[in-house]
Amino acid sequence: MMAVDDQFYREYILDHYKNPRNFGRLPDADVTHEEYNPLCGDLVGMDFRLRDGTIEDVRFHGRGCAISQASASLMTERLKGMRLDEARRISRDDVLEELGIEISPARLKCALLSLKVLKVGAYGLAGEEDDEE
Amino acid sequence: MSTSSSSSATRSLLDAEAIRQDFPFFETGIAYLDSANTAQRPRQVLEAMEGYFTRYNSNIHRAVYRTSMEATEHYDATRRKVRDFINAASVKEIVFTRNVTEAINLVAYSWGRQNVRAGDLIVLTIMEHHSNIVPWQILAQEKGARLAYVDIDDRGELRLDQFHELMQQAPRLVAFAQVSNTLGTITPYQELTAAAHAAGAVVLIDGAQGVQHVGMDVQEAGCDFYGFTGHKVLGPTGVGVLYGRRELLESMPPFLGGGDMIRAVFLDHTDYAGLPEKFEAGTPAIAEVIGLGAAIDYLREVGLDAIRTHERDLTEYTLEALGEVPGLRLFGPPASRRSGVVSFDVDGIHPHDLATILDRHDVCIRAGHNCAMPLMHRLDVAATARASFFLYNTREEIGRLVAGLHDAKRIFA
Repeated sequence: MMAVDDQFYREYILDHYKNPRNFGRLPDADVTHEEYNPLCGDLVGMDFRLRDGTIEDVRFHGRGCAISQASASLMTERLKGMRLDEARRISRDDVLEELGIEISPARLKCALLSLKVLKVGAYGLAGEEDDEE
Repeated sequence: MSTSSSSSATRSLLDAEAIRQDFPFFETGIAYLDSANTAQRPRQVLEAMEGYFTRYNSNIHRAVYRTSMEATEHYDATRRKVRDFINAASVKEIVFTRNVTEAINLVAYSWGRQNVRAGDLIVLTIMEHHSNIVPWQILAQEKGARLAYVDIDDRGELRLDQFHELMQQAPRLVAFAQVSNTLGTITPYQELTAAAHAAGAVVLIDGAQGVQHVGMDVQEAGCDFYGFTGHKVLGPTGVGVLYGRRELLESMPPFLGGGDMIRAVFLDHTDYAGLPEKFEAGTPAIAEVIGLGAAIDYLREVGLDAIRTHERDLTEYTLEALGEVPGLRLFGPPASRRSGVVSFDVDGIHPHDLATILDRHDVCIRAGHNCAMPLMHRLDVAATARASFFLYNTREEIGRLVAGLHDAKRIFA
């Protein structure tokens, strides 16, 4: 049978999708925020526990495609222990670089859903990073 | 190839391979299984539009020179073709819009604002496309009217018991799809229309997924309003049709004001044009209307019966082939009661990922909520994958779909 190259679904993306890191809820979260991808109904939510300007703990929940869920999983790994002002500077390019795969325009919203949750949830920066359309 | 479900294949009256020769798109080699989203266009449609642009490009209903009259003739010819296609009583009942969305909005704004009052009930179904939900929500919010949705059963067919119960509340309007864009369910639209009329309701049928697959006779169906869209019936984007029963259209105020919809304009008032111009303000999509006429010619030449038989064969074949893919779940009724639409999901693989992998196999399917989010909630899924067929599709393309799905399963194993 013909098989396509697996460039898009690299092993670590699939690994994060099948074994998501920091998946679940934080009962004592200081901030909780969810965002939908209106295109497909994908959901990513994050619970943050903050202390002294640092993200002490973070968990994510949701449902969706490998790209949105792996991106969220990678994001939580990056955020844990990070200072808020540092997290504020995470850009879409950072997220895409970390995913390390070529994202088609149609899938960009999937890849950046977790960044939107971070920006809107943790900072109320609605719209600032959401101009990719 | 299976033999158990090929009974209708022997009845197939249509040569898909020959038809594909008319569609330049298929030179790409892409397996196109997304015609419920938008269809491909035959050369005949492209040539009709090019003929307008290159030989008689001019505005309609205005100028007195010959090319303008030629444009007007071609434009009006499509109106007659649409009338015949859906068996309307008169060309005055055929209004060109931008698409079905605009057709439904026209009814919601014009008829709805005039006729729907506080407390009135509007009945929709859970499987409507957003375009047959949102305009009614806007109207209901403005007027203080109520919305009720008819549910589906586990097979994806309308709960008729619930429908008839709702009719006892004497709804003002009943609006539903002729064919569900996600489940492919063919609704019993004549029975629903008769029951709604008996309850005193006005009936709008969304024919976006219906007219090109199962056909429509508006007089037989008895509906008050019917809409369909050009780009799903082999025509271009940018043109749609609203059918409205003449008495209703005559009683309704204009939707958009402007040129072409007037008889005379004074500083303080305007006398409106008669039907259908009253609802066609501004220069319309002339080339697109002409293209739509060519699309209808094409469909009628092939024949809707042959198209339906062919699509049913493909649907049966697909349901059987996908049924053998482990972890794949099918939505919707059996092939005999559905159009050429097959929605499914695969355990552990999101539809978006399926569609991305299939895209790398040059297979186009739709993945997402299909503009039917309430139905997605009802099915308790975030999204579905959807393959949909038209007269030009082949079993070979479905074979490529199945091969791509196996590859997706390998990648996600």
